[in-house]
Amino acid sequence: MNDVEEIIQKANKYRWEIGENLHDAILESIYTDAARIADKTVTRQGGKQKFDWDRWIDKLVTGRWTGFPIMFLLLVIVFWLTISGANVPSAMIASLLVDTIHPLLKDGANFLHFPWWLSGVLIDGAYLALAWVISVMLPPMAIFFPLFTLLEDFGYLPRVAFNMDNLYRRVGAHGKQALTMSMGFGCNAAGVIAARIIDSPRERIIAIITNNFSLCNGRWPTQILIATIFIGGAVPSFLAGVTSAAAVMIVAVLGVLFSLIVSWALSRSVLKGEASAFSLELPPYRPPRFLQTLYTSLIDRTIMVLWRAVVFAAPAGVAIWLVANVTINNVSIAEYFINWTDPYAMILGLNGVIILAYIIAIPANEIVIPTVLMLTVLTTKATGLGAGAGVMFEMESVNDTAALLHAGGWSVLTGINLMLFSLLHNPCSTTIYTIYKETKSMKWTLISTFLPIVMGIVLCFFVAQFWQLFA
Amino acid sequence: MVTPDSNCFNCPAHNSANLVKLGIDMSNFDYVVALAGNPNTGKSTVFNALTGLKQHTGNWPGKTVGRAEGAFQFGDKRYKIVDLPGTYSLLSTSTDEEIARDFILFGQPDVTIIVVDASRLERNLNLALQVLEITDRAVLCLNLIDEAKRHHIQVDDRLLSKNLGIPVIPTAARQNVGIQDLLKNIHAVATGEYICKPYRMRSEIKNVSHAVEDLNKELEAKFPNLANTRWIALRLLEGDQRVIDAVRSGEIGNLTPVETENS
Repeated sequence: MNDVEEIIQKANKYRWEIGENLHDAILESIYTDAARIADKTVTRQGGKQKFDWDRWIDKLVTGRWTGFPIMFLLLVIVFWLTISGANVPSAMIASLLVDTIHPLLKDGANFLHFPWWLSGVLIDGAYLALAWVISVMLPPMAIFFPLFTLLEDFGYLPRVAFNMDNLYRRVGAHGKQALTMSMGFGCNAAGVIAARIIDSPRERIIAIITNNFSLCNGRWPTQILIATIFIGGAVPSFLAGVTSAAAVMIVAVLGVLFSLIVSWALSRSVLKGEASAFSLELPPYRPPRFLQTLYTSLIDRTIMVLWRAVVFAAPAGVAIWLVANVTINNVSIAEYFINWTDPYAMILGLNGVIILAYIIAIPANEIVIPTVLMLTVLTTKATGLGAGAGVMFEMESVNDTAALLHAGGWSVLTGINLMLFSLLHNPCSTTIYTIYKETKSMKWTLISTFLPIVMGIVLCFFVAQFWQLFA
Repeated sequence: MVTPDSNCFNCPAHNSANLVKLGIDMSNFDYVVALAGNPNTGKSTVFNALTGLKQHTGNWPGKTVGRAEGAFQFGDKRYKIVDLPGTYSLLSTSTDEEIARDFILFGQPDVTIIVVDASRLERNLNLALQVLEITDRAVLCLNLIDEAKRHHIQVDDRLLSKNLGIPVIPTAARQNVGIQDLLKNIHAVATGEYICKPYRMRSEIKNVSHAVEDLNKELEAKFPNLANTRWIALRLLEGDQRVIDAVRSGEIGNLTPVETENS
């Protein structure tokens, strides 16, 4: 081993003599050789410089004045296509799963003499939760994910990162956070894992904590439905679709703003440091392969996310049925809780139903809306809707939902604050677990979990106070 | 590119019948194949084409984090294939580069597939040349030829192969073009039918030739089996801690060429 040590010593000695520019010299020699070989083997045909589409598109989508407007426009178009395209198939699936199959299952259970609580837990609880999640989530996801994947395949994502890079760097975070944020729009757990592309631990933790501010696909349905009812309902009907899409986009952009603000606060306080530089190559635009994209985004993303929702929805359905049907002195547990939290929730411009729905929906954001509707029926004692107390149901149209919510004492303020709270609350349990796996730190996991809730409560409080002051 | 194959072996029908995509079944493999290349050259697409897996592909650099592994069978040999993160160089200035470098150097893949973008050959060759400094057994996958064609760029693959001393196969992995040819050449290099004569740097590095030659000589004497002593010498000069440790512990000496294992 001694002669090995000698070689290393010798190398160390030489290193002092050579000085610092060895790295550059090596690179230079590599570049020279590469250029020589490329020069020999590559030929460019025809002097006619054709119009360079790539350069032209890049100038437009990353331009100082055009970049952001185009980004917002694309977002609105994607949301609008999702919102307007998803309604019809959603209604069809719901009528099949809820209106047709559910009564059949009930009849079957009666025929087999199931005790009432068993058919309640299984059919009115677990099955209806599944049916609702599938009918509400499958159509928007089957539209949203392929659109998103087409943009990705085309090469648009790096341009978004390019546009956002400057903003993220200025708040002391890594420019690649723009990419993990985009992934978060699909699923926060995926976005948290994607933060591995950031090398510096400091910037990676910032990216992980703030990923929750990207509206994930489990929250899109909430945003879309509430926007349709309360925002779309407040404008003339021919503007409703575009206005709701714009409202959803505003909430999404607000999320990006929050991620910037929180990144800034973190990098100035507990996660101090300079933003590290990185190089981002803008890849060439490639014509997306439609069929393949459709296939992989349906199989990889849609089915996977749906499967996760289904796995969480079934037990949640059981829980909902239980809190609504287990009674003490003829009052259900759900009602006790709602009556108890209502006064506090009102201060936040929300109500007890929403608070309980969010607690039940911790495993999966997807089931917030069905839970809200079911609990509202329960507390307003509305009749003729759904299949009895504690049953999640699909209403015939958005109008019925609106009528029910108005009857439950909802106002435009409740709608707006529900949208805000849906943006700013704890990540779902899968994301929390993923954060723990990625950071291996209880501290950062807890911060990622509770920071958004605190922010959501504070924001809802101020919005509610201002609203009551001026309205 | 010329391999002493039987006519049967050259027939595409025979070959496509011979590719068995094994997905993640990686038991009892005969060879390890590494997939290296610049970001966004289609490594994951090549990976999917070979393994039948559906690694998510996307048109943005840095999409593959960590490394993905899969397997395929060609002829009677089973291959394990490792998709390395895309990097621009192997001079270990970032975690990605270190993962890729360490795997090629210490993981000793039997074949390293270097995926390059045919329409950006010059920039991509920088990495290819660095890979060839480290390993003897490589295949250049000249990917995205369809895109190069669209931009009226032509690459003389035969001349490139002669220059680099390794097989060069034009492919359009997204359309599954050239994958059979790629497989055949991976097989040829792995089994030793094709002996690579990898290009080694020629351009003089300013002021250091003497030091490199001196260290090179000593390393050659100490590790007679090592094929890339010149590269090791450069790493020592640059003070690459991982390589220094490997030299000190003798780990480097165990990285002997694997040719003898194959009949």
